Amino acid sequence: MKFSQYDPGEFYDELYEKTGQPRPGSALLLRKFASLPEGELRKRQQAAERVILNMGMTFGVYGSNDGHEQIFPFDIVPRIVEATDWGLIESGLRQRMRALNLFIDDVYHNQKILKDGVVPTELVYSGKGFLQACMGLNPPRGIWCHIAGIDLVRISDGHYYVLEDNMRCPSGVAYVLEARQVMKRTFPELFDAYRVRPVDGYPSQLLDTLRYLSDLPDPTVVILTPGIYNSAYYEHSLLAQKMGVELVEANDLVVVDGSVHMRTTKGLQRVDVIYRRVNDDYLDPLTFRRDSVLGVPGLMESYKKGRVALVNAPGTGVSDDKAIYAYVPKIIKYYLAEEPILRNVPTYVCSDEGDRAYVLEHLEQLVVKATNEAGGYGMMIGPHASKQEREDCAHRILADPRNYIAQPTLALSRVPTLVEDHLEGRHVDLRPYVLYGQDIYVLPGGMTRVALRKGSLVVNSSQGGGNKDTWVLS
Amino acid sequence: MLSRVASSIYWLNRYIERAENYARFIEVNLNLTLDLPRGTAEQWEPLVATSGDHEVFANRYGKATKEAVIRFLSADAANPNSILSCLVAARENARSVREIISTDMWEQINRFHLMVRDAVSKGLSSHNLHAFLSDVKAASHLFLGITDATMSHGEGWHFARLGRLLERADKTSRILDVKYFMLLPTVAEVGTPFDIIQWSALLKSASALEMYCKQHGRIAPNPVVEFLILNPNFPRAIRYCLIKAEDSLHAIAGSESDRHNNLAEKRLGRLRSEMDYIDMTEILSGGLHEFFDGFQFKLNRIDDAIYETFFALRPVDGVMAEEKIQ
Repeated sequence: MKFSQYDPGEFYDELYEKTGQPRPGSALLLRKFASLPEGELRKRQQAAERVILNMGMTFGVYGSNDGHEQIFPFDIVPRIVEATDWGLIESGLRQRMRALNLFIDDVYHNQKILKDGVVPTELVYSGKGFLQACMGLNPPRGIWCHIAGIDLVRISDGHYYVLEDNMRCPSGVAYVLEARQVMKRTFPELFDAYRVRPVDGYPSQLLDTLRYLSDLPDPTVVILTPGIYNSAYYEHSLLAQKMGVELVEANDLVVVDGSVHMRTTKGLQRVDVIYRRVNDDYLDPLTFRRDSVLGVPGLMESYKKGRVALVNAPGTGVSDDKAIYAYVPKIIKYYLAEEPILRNVPTYVCSDEGDRAYVLEHLEQLVVKATNEAGGYGMMIGPHASKQEREDCAHRILADPRNYIAQPTLALSRVPTLVEDHLEGRHVDLRPYVLYGQDIYVLPGGMTRVALRKGSLVVNSSQGGGNKDTWVLS
Repeated sequence: MLSRVASSIYWLNRYIERAENYARFIEVNLNLTLDLPRGTAEQWEPLVATSGDHEVFANRYGKATKEAVIRFLSADAANPNSILSCLVAARENARSVREIISTDMWEQINRFHLMVRDAVSKGLSSHNLHAFLSDVKAASHLFLGITDATMSHGEGWHFARLGRLLERADKTSRILDVKYFMLLPTVAEVGTPFDIIQWSALLKSASALEMYCKQHGRIAPNPVVEFLILNPNFPRAIRYCLIKAEDSLHAIAGSESDRHNNLAEKRLGRLRSEMDYIDMTEILSGGLHEFFDGFQFKLNRIDDAIYETFFALRPVDGVMAEEKIQ
């Protein structure tokens, strides 16, 4: 295979400066690839896929009938992040995590930021992530969002931009941990030669973050999952296993005398910290959805009394609304008096009349997103959409402007990806994970999602995306 | 341990053991029919009768041909107890306790499931059926070995062994029952060399031939039945299964070996001691088939009691809750 012929095209390429010229951190990797015998890369790709299959590394797709589970598509060419780039990302994420936590706490208490007119009050109250039940709430240690996954993209100017903040139940970290295992089995010799920062410390960091929330010397920590049919179930069980904590479903929990307990073969056992992977709506049918069979009746009351800690706190969704996103740079300046380290993508908020008019005029250039959806659902990519799809989108915006924002179509950076027996550029994003406990910890690595279809910009696993290992160099 | 988790581990192991025993079922019949004298019609009906799912079978297939029965017991997704269905259910249960079992156990269940799924989708026929059945038995044994070698022998492991052994006791009784339904060409042939060949085929299907021969030497109907019901040391014998299942139940409940604190322990203890004191004369006096019927009924009652004692998610009301929390 002729690596010297790989063409980065008009996009920013994470591994190549230009044809035949790798970036400094990637040179060793690409030399190694070039030295492999014909067909060897492909063999290793297949070996990696077998490992993944036997590990049962799967994800579920909503609305698919044939058995729910799919094997996660994985590409063995890693994405490499140079140490200097990572330093910037890490400090930018810490800053964002602090500012957004201050914002949430303010929104549910004095609302100074609204009174000062920095963020429109109406925008906060109309967001689906805002929970009236959380007003006046004081979560343990004053932290609301303990675990965030913040999506970044790099575009043609070479800069990283934040694409969205995921402050509710971000998923994907299991794939980061497992992808590394697969890569170590696939290219052991590269790990000898490279200084890749390890990601294996995440589960113990996470456990520390969770235990920090209880005053007990040895608190009982559990993960609350919606169950095996949830698309991220694999991750829930993997994290429970790596932390050595119980994985519980709502039916396993019961509130007695104001405290949460789990039902065991030896009777009830008190639970102190719950890392919940169910949405706010399904936490407690007494407080949120009366029709829910997923929740634990009385859980919110117990939480409010400080008898149990919930991670993340209910109500954090107010901060990752895609319309609020447009205000994050202002939020950072307001609370921290600092310039934002990471850039924001220009965003048109459709509830704003001027923005809305612009969006409707320029649909064929813009990406339209629903403010409260994740996973690529409800997204319209103007340049790739048909006339009919754009018209449908315009109708949806007019019917419910608050639910939509629009952004310019970004030329996402690419990483060489194995296609049959050669490399082709495919678009990627990056989701690093941030933990907020005693300190703020950023996992050195993250989920690099890759749009495996040629030319596609949609990296979500539910929409034909795959995964790559992310190597942060030290 | 969470009640739900305990239940999943118990059922996961029952399903794996069931898959293995269904492979043995089919094998015993293949062996028996191979040895039939020329001109005798093959008998597949008995297999369906002993599985306990004859109504489901009759509705789906009607006549018990060889192909239909093998398909029903191995590859039919609509039969909840077929080998394929057992593996799907076992894997489903394993997924829900993924964090409790070892990675090696999980990977083996995954491989086992994929192996069965692939074999079924490629189609089972007489030339690959024996290999498939051997693979199923071997995969089950491998899972058992991995479980013993990689899972702490604590509460979860005991639930695993409990499930496996109760399932095995039930299925050994059914494998023996196949012989009851299997008609000899004439009554006069009871005890003839031909009859003996059938009994030895049956021992083979229970992987018991060598162990039996070491103990009894020549093959005769009564000692074979006695060996598979009452032997306390052979791991597929009913009495052995009950003794070890009771040990696990005591370990789970934290009871002394002579105490029976809950309903499950009482029922299992009673059935186990019945096996300690009963002899062949008594078993045969009421009829072997009737004995197995009664035995299977009592096993089901033990399963009910285990569910009630450990797995049932009862609503917690004030009084009960206060008693339980300390």
